[in-house]
Amino acid sequence: MDIIYTLWLRSVKRYVRSKSRIVGSLGMPVFFLLALGFGLNEVVQIPGSPGENYLQFLVPGIIAMAVLFTSIFSGIMIIWDKQFGFLKETLVAPVSRLEIMLGQTVGGATTAVIQGAFILVLSLFIGIRIPSLAGFLIAFLFMTLIGICFAALGIAIASRMEDMHGFQLIMNFVIFPIFGLSGALFPIESLPGWVIPLTLVNPLTYGVEGIRYGLLGTSAIHPLVSLAVLGLTTAVMIVIGAFLFRKASV
Amino acid sequence: MTAILVDSLTKRFGDFTAVDAISFEIPEGEIFGLLGPNGAGKTTTISMLSTLLEPTSGRALLNGIDIRKDQDGVRKAIGVVFQDQSLDEELTAWENMDFHGRLYRIPKKIREERIDEMLRLVELEERKDSLVKTYSGGMRRRLEIARGLLHEPSILFLDEPTLGLDPQTRNHLWEYIHTLNQTKGITIILTTHYMDEADRLCGRVAIIDQGIIVAIDTPANLKTRVGEDVVYITSPDAGRIADEIKAPWILGAEQYDGQVIIRLHSAEDHLPELLRMISGDGYTIASISIRKPTLEDVFLHYTGREMRHEEAGVADQMRMRTPRRN
Repeated sequence: MDIIYTLWLRSVKRYVRSKSRIVGSLGMPVFFLLALGFGLNEVVQIPGSPGENYLQFLVPGIIAMAVLFTSIFSGIMIIWDKQFGFLKETLVAPVSRLEIMLGQTVGGATTAVIQGAFILVLSLFIGIRIPSLAGFLIAFLFMTLIGICFAALGIAIASRMEDMHGFQLIMNFVIFPIFGLSGALFPIESLPGWVIPLTLVNPLTYGVEGIRYGLLGTSAIHPLVSLAVLGLTTAVMIVIGAFLFRKASV
Repeated sequence: MTAILVDSLTKRFGDFTAVDAISFEIPEGEIFGLLGPNGAGKTTTISMLSTLLEPTSGRALLNGIDIRKDQDGVRKAIGVVFQDQSLDEELTAWENMDFHGRLYRIPKKIREERIDEMLRLVELEERKDSLVKTYSGGMRRRLEIARGLLHEPSILFLDEPTLGLDPQTRNHLWEYIHTLNQTKGITIILTTHYMDEADRLCGRVAIIDQGIIVAIDTPANLKTRVGEDVVYITSPDAGRIADEIKAPWILGAEQYDGQVIIRLHSAEDHLPELLRMISGDGYTIASISIRKPTLEDVFLHYTGREMRHEEAGVADQMRMRTPRRN
């Protein structure tokens, strides 16, 4: 535990210090929230839930987006540690690779949840009604799971990458598809028929629906189903991440 | 007691053999140097001994612990200062030390005392709360050495400890390393391609070239084995001295441009006699100097090549950068 805490502490310290990174990675979610939210709010009617406007529908999706991006990036950050040599320092210490990997994951997830919380707070100012405490906790539970799941994915990817050259590839073929096919922007039922299965195999979908249930009280997928699927995926992702990180060479 | 025992240790990357069945033994408390050009296999050897790289074959024991069977046991016993920087630049010096101390599970109170002590030792205590990215190369190096010593290892690996540092900082670091070895009795294995570094610091030196150890001995013995000293005498009578001087311990004498060049063994011991012989014959001596063989000569002798790292051949550089492909 103390080793995981040590690595967590480092991630959080670095995060708190890098103001530009905090602001930078909030930029895109905020842009999506404002542009899509206000732009489409008057035009789009969410089918089946007359009381709900599009902006409210969108907020959980954008929170999930902020968590997703930050967590995957934080996982991929170990490539920098590799390139700048810091990874060696941890690898020659008498600690297991599993501990290092878990520490990185938890650290990345923490920063990701903080980023998501920023969006949540921001959305309170633009007209989201305040949910119950229980709702908040449910939302944070799902944000945490998304954070851990995708930080582990980031580490898995980074373990197989030599340097940052493949980053654009990851961005275009991993992160954006996960986000786009998650029901974050549009209700799952209103998607074209052939897209729906893709959405349902995407773990982020269950995260978005879980947060949506917490904040709005309604979701397209039952929250316990979301919890089970996302929880299981997170566990699998940690195993894959840990396995690949164990094999990674410096 | 033996600190490090290496027995036919080998590392291959595909067809390329980076380290080829090297064997050596280092007693406790010695400063042992691995001397060789870039790409000779020094760093690969260190990586294997510090458990970062799995050997292809062979065996190595550190304090009697097998590097393959008990990696954590080895890791607890060693401190490593890598050739490339391995600090977190976004953290302060103190935080880098603290991170290290926590990784090695040093209890808080001892950890904090020791961090202060080590930072004082490398004279960084005043800058301990500055981010490492504001540090100069020499300061970073010192911080890395301090960090490598924080958990009080009994064996310290220094991979090119003074690479790229200015002469003043190098001298400073050499003193640290020497003092460390003297006061704490730490066994130090260092790699270098600087001859003067090996000569000044190391009790024994292994000359490594293309993955093979070509010679191991004290710097003095290595130089003696290479051969003769040279005495240069400037004199108006140079030609005649060169012709006439004879003694069983003189291996040869020539005259060149007003100078007599005499080749002999252990020049210091024979110098008084040499002077007596020359002045006894009535010749005048304007100046005299002795040149002892350097490790540079030793390297040349054993490998048939000069070791000039700045002029490493293109092939060597390629080998360095892409060890896996060759």
